[in-house]
Amino acid sequence: MQEALNVADYVDEQKFFCPQEEDIEAELLDDDSIWSSLKGMLKKNKLAAVSLAIIIIVIFMAVFAPWVAPYDPNFQDVENLRFAAPSVQHWLGCDELGRDVFSRLIFGSRVSLVIGLVPTIIAMTIGTVMGLMAGFLGKRVDFVIMRFADIVLAFPSLLLAMVVMYTLGASLINIFIALSIVKWAGTARIVRAQTLSLKEKEFVEAARSVGVKKWTIMTRHILPNCIPNLIVLFSLNIPDSIMSESSLSFLGIGAVPPSTSWGLMVYRGKQYLFNYPWLALAPGVAILIVVLAFNFLGDGVRDALDPYLKD
Amino acid sequence: MAKYIIKRVLISIPVLIGVVFVIFFMLNVVPGDPVTLMMGEHIKPDLIEAFRERMGLDDPFIVQFFNYLKNALQGDFGMSYKLKREVSDLIFQAFPQTVKLTLSAAMVAWLIGIPSGIIAAVKQNTLIDRGFMTFSLMGVSMPVFWAGLLMQYVFAYKLGWLPVTGYKTWQSFIMPSIVLGWSSAGTIARLTRSNLLEIMKNDFIRTARAKGLRETTVVVGHALKNAMLPVVTMMAIQVSSLLGGAVMTESIFGIPGLGRVAVSAIGDRDMPLLQGTIIFTTMLIIAGNLIADLMYSVLDPRIRCE
Amino acid sequence: MSEQQNNAELLKITDLKTHFFTHKGVVPAVDGVTLEIPKRQIVGVVGESGCGKSVTAMSILQLISRPGRIVSGSIRLDGKELVGAGIDEIRELRGNKISVIFQEPMTSLNPVYTVGRQVSEAITTHQQVSKQEAKQRVIDIFKAVGIPEAEKRFKAYPHQLSGGLRQRVMIGMAMVCRPQLLIADEPTTALDVTIEAQILHLMKQLESDFGTSIMLITHNLGVVAEVCDYVYVMYAGKIMEQANIFDLFDHTGHPYTKGLLQSIPKPMAEKQRLYNIKGMVPNLLRLPKGCRFCPRCEFAMQECHEHEPELYDAGNQHLVRCFLYKNGGEPA
Repeated sequence: MQEALNVADYVDEQKFFCPQEEDIEAELLDDDSIWSSLKGMLKKNKLAAVSLAIIIIVIFMAVFAPWVAPYDPNFQDVENLRFAAPSVQHWLGCDELGRDVFSRLIFGSRVSLVIGLVPTIIAMTIGTVMGLMAGFLGKRVDFVIMRFADIVLAFPSLLLAMVVMYTLGASLINIFIALSIVKWAGTARIVRAQTLSLKEKEFVEAARSVGVKKWTIMTRHILPNCIPNLIVLFSLNIPDSIMSESSLSFLGIGAVPPSTSWGLMVYRGKQYLFNYPWLALAPGVAILIVVLAFNFLGDGVRDALDPYLKD
Repeated sequence: MAKYIIKRVLISIPVLIGVVFVIFFMLNVVPGDPVTLMMGEHIKPDLIEAFRERMGLDDPFIVQFFNYLKNALQGDFGMSYKLKREVSDLIFQAFPQTVKLTLSAAMVAWLIGIPSGIIAAVKQNTLIDRGFMTFSLMGVSMPVFWAGLLMQYVFAYKLGWLPVTGYKTWQSFIMPSIVLGWSSAGTIARLTRSNLLEIMKNDFIRTARAKGLRETTVVVGHALKNAMLPVVTMMAIQVSSLLGGAVMTESIFGIPGLGRVAVSAIGDRDMPLLQGTIIFTTMLIIAGNLIADLMYSVLDPRIRCE
Repeated sequence: MSEQQNNAELLKITDLKTHFFTHKGVVPAVDGVTLEIPKRQIVGVVGESGCGKSVTAMSILQLISRPGRIVSGSIRLDGKELVGAGIDEIRELRGNKISVIFQEPMTSLNPVYTVGRQVSEAITTHQQVSKQEAKQRVIDIFKAVGIPEAEKRFKAYPHQLSGGLRQRVMIGMAMVCRPQLLIADEPTTALDVTIEAQILHLMKQLESDFGTSIMLITHNLGVVAEVCDYVYVMYAGKIMEQANIFDLFDHTGHPYTKGLLQSIPKPMAEKQRLYNIKGMVPNLLRLPKGCRFCPRCEFAMQECHEHEPELYDAGNQHLVRCFLYKNGGEPA
């Protein structure tokens, strides 16, 4: 008991004298949870709050598309509605087959959101596991994984995705695969860096010195400390995925008709740009709004979690 | 320093080989016989056989790969199936257009991004900050192809100021450079801003203030040089994303650069051409990253003096 | 150290309040501090981390960054009011009449410039001198603060110097304009014990050579004992005790100061558990109602929980913020 007390004394001394008083604010943040700092950010940063609202509305419209959309997105009326200009009945006009552009936009948001989420989750899961392993196990594992990541990161992501789509053929599932292949490496690199710095921290050293298993240290001690970073990465990767999909679709190697995506709509509207500009421009505005909203939210999230990103 | 450079160059070599391997692997597992693609459907079987042998298509995959690598290093990327011309010729024909586009876009990106980032950081959390960051983020959030179409519609079609497409005059590069450069400006502005804010928290900034320096001198004289170091690296990475974005920009504005060659190669399922352009582009990027790293080490005394 | 010098005060801080306006509430980091620094003296400000000692010092030069702000009070240098003065006026003082050296010699110098350039900047900012003259003066001050091979070091980058040398560079930078007041914020905390002794010795010497007053901020009472003439003990944003160096050690008043003194390890005492003050520094957002120290105080009385004590005079310029001294002199 006496020895235990002595250790406690030492720890107390550390607390006593170590932190600097310039850190008053940082220290106050420490006992805050991630969620409450996010909530605080939303209260202060109106841009991020509005962005979140827009994202929620878009998600709502995508989920309830059949009820929200005024028309069946695939209903064609070539005779009467071909290239109908925007009007009260058809807010954004009609396309070359006489389909309601607004309804198609709403249904197209499903593809964009799914593409935003699924490959991001897959890629970040792979990236996190790879990064943890590379950083924690080090040596050969690190070398192999990171050289592989270097190779992937050497490509312009769009070009690599193009090659994958060329190999696999155009389809939604293949977009998932292509974007996952392209994106895991970025996450891996960041998680690895974080793991390396955490590995040197006292609490990990302490856990190791008392013989805690590697797997437990990785999952219980290191991973939770990477979470703020992962949240930020997640919020910034989603818009990136949405953009990549729209680019691939625009090049004709992404989503395939009849399933529609915003990128595909721009692609098909391009040929009528000068006469019926809404066909190409409306879906672009949709992409712009959603991606901008995700970017603003992501920036806000990063600012809010900034104190957690350091160590 | 010399040691660092050599080490850095040596690290790039396996990455380069890896890049070639990844592309070669992916494109050579594509279903579909290249010979039929190249020579058409109705060819006598013995002719096909002879051709396959001449092209080395019956060799094991790994042998084919090393043959390709050997040739590629000598500037020989094979023959285009569709155009029946040397891929390297096509690449060198397209290359200057892409360089022109990428460099002018990079200029636009830096001209918008760096000042926006600095102003936003200095005026942190004010309307000015939000304004500049929104402007730069708009570029990142707009699909390049859509921004291109929008500009074509407004400046070429409605106002008639600029040509819709083309590559022969400098005017025809204005819209593509702005569209592509703006798409990168946001990333640069973000990085400049966050780096500068980060640097401003450093102890040596407090020292500079304690010396009695003006705030402008503190920011420009003491913080900026530190903050720009990572931005230099970022610029090289941006060149990579610009080259990616050039694919879209070139397709829309009809600039016959590398990106457009790659896109039409996909449409024609012209594997050697696609392979060649992508490997070449990626080699450019690896070289760019190398140069950026070396620049960084020249600028940062902590590395330079080692 | 003698009585008559105490009258010639250089800096007088009166009832200074510097608060930090965080999103969780107002943190009164400095909560009504009154403090004097006489000419040609070394005054120590002692306390645990977060007690507001650095914030007090940084308030003098208005080096407080957001969300911190001087709320009220007065800071007079030679009779001239600094609170509310324009930023240009303050900047004239910084590095010129009042300079600072910081705790972290490792990070307080800009890594991308040579130390010579950074020190000469302090001269050229305040005086119209040629580059050559500035360089000469930098080399002179480098010699004065004991940097060997001063000419060569002029062109060195910070990372090429050891911690002790960097701190000497910082001191050189601070002294190069011959300031009236040098604020030393934990100048030796990050250094080895042997280097610490050298730096303290250097500071003492500068005080006598240049006639500069020094405000020494530290948590280390050993350092205080070595160099200071007069000491202020701070706790949670307030002065708890102030006394000249002999009274502080020989007639320690405040229970907190006693606690601090007892937590210094004594090499001679065998097998004695190191004392530590129970509990933690209070959260400045949730200060106790009465005396700030009473939750940790061994002598806490009913009164301590209800009212905040004032600084009571214990004679010989020895003030103690503790009800034990309500009636002056010896503890009640």
